[in-house]
Amino acid sequence: MNIKTVGALAMLALLAAACSEDKPMTTGQTTGAAAAAAPGIAPGSEEDLKTNVGDRVFFDFDKSNVRTDGKDVLDRQAAWLGKYGQVNVQIAGNCDERGTEEYNIALGQRRANSARDYLVAKGVASGRITTISYGKDRPTALGSNEDAWKQNRNAITEVK
Amino acid sequence: MTTSAHDQPEGATMTLRLPSAPVPVLGRRSLVARSAALLGVPLAAPLLTPRAARAQQAAAGGPSAVIDVDRARSEPIPIALPPLIGAGGTDQLGRDIAGVITNNLSRSGLFRPIDPAAFINAGAAADTPNFQNWKAIGAQALVTGRVESQGGDKVRVEFRLWDVLPGLQIQGTAYTTTQSNWRRIAHIISDVIYERLLGEKGYFDTRVVYIAGTGPRDRRIKRLAIMDQDGENNRFLTDGSFLALTPRFHPTRDQIAFMSYVRNKPRVYLFDLGTGHQQLLGDFNGITLSPRFSPDGGSVIMAQTTNGGSDIYQVDLSSMRPRRLTDSGAIDVSPCFSPDGGQIVFNSDRDGDQQLYVMSADGSGTKRISFGHGRYATPVWSPRGDLIAFTRFGGGTFAIGVMHPDGTGERILSESYYVEGPTFAPNGRVIMFWRETPATDNRGRGFSAHLVSIDITGFNERAITTPTDASDPAWSPLLS
Repeated sequence: MNIKTVGALAMLALLAAACSEDKPMTTGQTTGAAAAAAPGIAPGSEEDLKTNVGDRVFFDFDKSNVRTDGKDVLDRQAAWLGKYGQVNVQIAGNCDERGTEEYNIALGQRRANSARDYLVAKGVASGRITTISYGKDRPTALGSNEDAWKQNRNAITEVK
Repeated sequence: MTTSAHDQPEGATMTLRLPSAPVPVLGRRSLVARSAALLGVPLAAPLLTPRAARAQQAAAGGPSAVIDVDRARSEPIPIALPPLIGAGGTDQLGRDIAGVITNNLSRSGLFRPIDPAAFINAGAAADTPNFQNWKAIGAQALVTGRVESQGGDKVRVEFRLWDVLPGLQIQGTAYTTTQSNWRRIAHIISDVIYERLLGEKGYFDTRVVYIAGTGPRDRRIKRLAIMDQDGENNRFLTDGSFLALTPRFHPTRDQIAFMSYVRNKPRVYLFDLGTGHQQLLGDFNGITLSPRFSPDGGSVIMAQTTNGGSDIYQVDLSSMRPRRLTDSGAIDVSPCFSPDGGQIVFNSDRDGDQQLYVMSADGSGTKRISFGHGRYATPVWSPRGDLIAFTRFGGGTFAIGVMHPDGTGERILSESYYVEGPTFAPNGRVIMFWRETPATDNRGRGFSAHLVSIDITGFNERAITTPTDASDPAWSPLLS
């Protein structure tokens, strides 16, 4: 529910960005780190990251490799972090409820590391990124169905 | 417990003095002190050892109360547990103690406490029961006793266990303690009854440490909590300001190892039950998780996350020096020692998905033991050494099962939408785990988590009532 809203906003931001300016993106996808100046959102803020960039990438069941859709999001995050050099972030890895607790903490960490490694490969200084895993203890979607589990297998970037 | 029946002279009840001075609520070994004093109590029938009683019974050709566990499973022992007789205003205490014993024995599935409504003249305060009255209602075993006030907060609790058919006393023991210890006395007596009638140690004088969950799941509060094995005496040990996960008991000390997210840095901590003090274990860069004490209590094995997975480390508790035991590049997690300390079973996805592996305690000679359908996790070694319990999942369900340490003889004990995390009772006879129910809507309604116990044969599954949602149970060793 919350996720869908965020997704929709990000999509709007994307469209707005496409019309307004070009961004140095490796995947050819444009984004609106600064362009979608929604009123009241401070550039370089957590809200900016969430609304205009996209703060999370999703993973397949028991996997930690960044998918193509995730690469697009991380490319935008890398560009945004390039623009706001003073911003440090924490990436939290999460898992769905269909796995055991201890393994999921390690798996969530693997996901966070995977997202971090991607950002670092895109030029973000590793010292600006910390990681944590919550295993399955911080789900964002509360249902017990595949739709919820999909959303809960993620790595979420947050301004620290 | 320190009173073993064999060092008891015939024809006597042993008195155990429990300190009446302020006792730490969570005191373990200190609470029940053995007393040298033996009380010569005249008995109407000679005290016989179970072996002698059994022999005599066999000669008489009738069934005895003293039987083995396998028979008790198919035929729970009918036992009569009238209220202990009060003296000096302790009637209620006598009823309460009998109630806790009745509940313990009944929940074990190996005893069938007889409905008190059937009792014939149970209140008669005679040292020797009228066995005809107990035979008539089908009792094989009988427990009698009395509770006397000794002034102030002190009470003396005496109990006798009888083999009804031959009319023989099997056990007689007395305890002095403070009134507030009455539940422990009831658990200790339950363990004596269990051991004398079944020939193996009980598990009633134990506690369970677990994680109490409250609030919506996206902002779940998870606190370290502790209770008696029967679900009573619940206490929260942490305040909920940080996530607490996966507690485990030290084999002898009043100490718990668990995972704490305090200051948002997930690490394994040691928690002192006496002081409530929490101490970081070791100095690791990665997340440390899934701790478990070695059988001698001198070290903890746990996992530390690496870039691509996690490795298993052993941390010596006196030097705090870590030693790496695995380095597979995969997720190696949830290690648990064999009871002799010679081997470690753990969980790894080194072959693609979660499976169980056994290695020597020094990290050598690793071999996979799980080959059934699905993923395997959370292995725990039975205190008897003969079984490894695990969580298995796949195909939309989760199950708790057991297998031999070489991977043979796999049996599933309980299966449902979600079960996880078996822990053995100290006698290896009962497993506790937790069960979750699925959310029925997108707001998470319908979700619940609660503790369940089950006999290792897969019979006698029972829910344990807790004040909040509960997960991550870990059974303590016997306290006495």
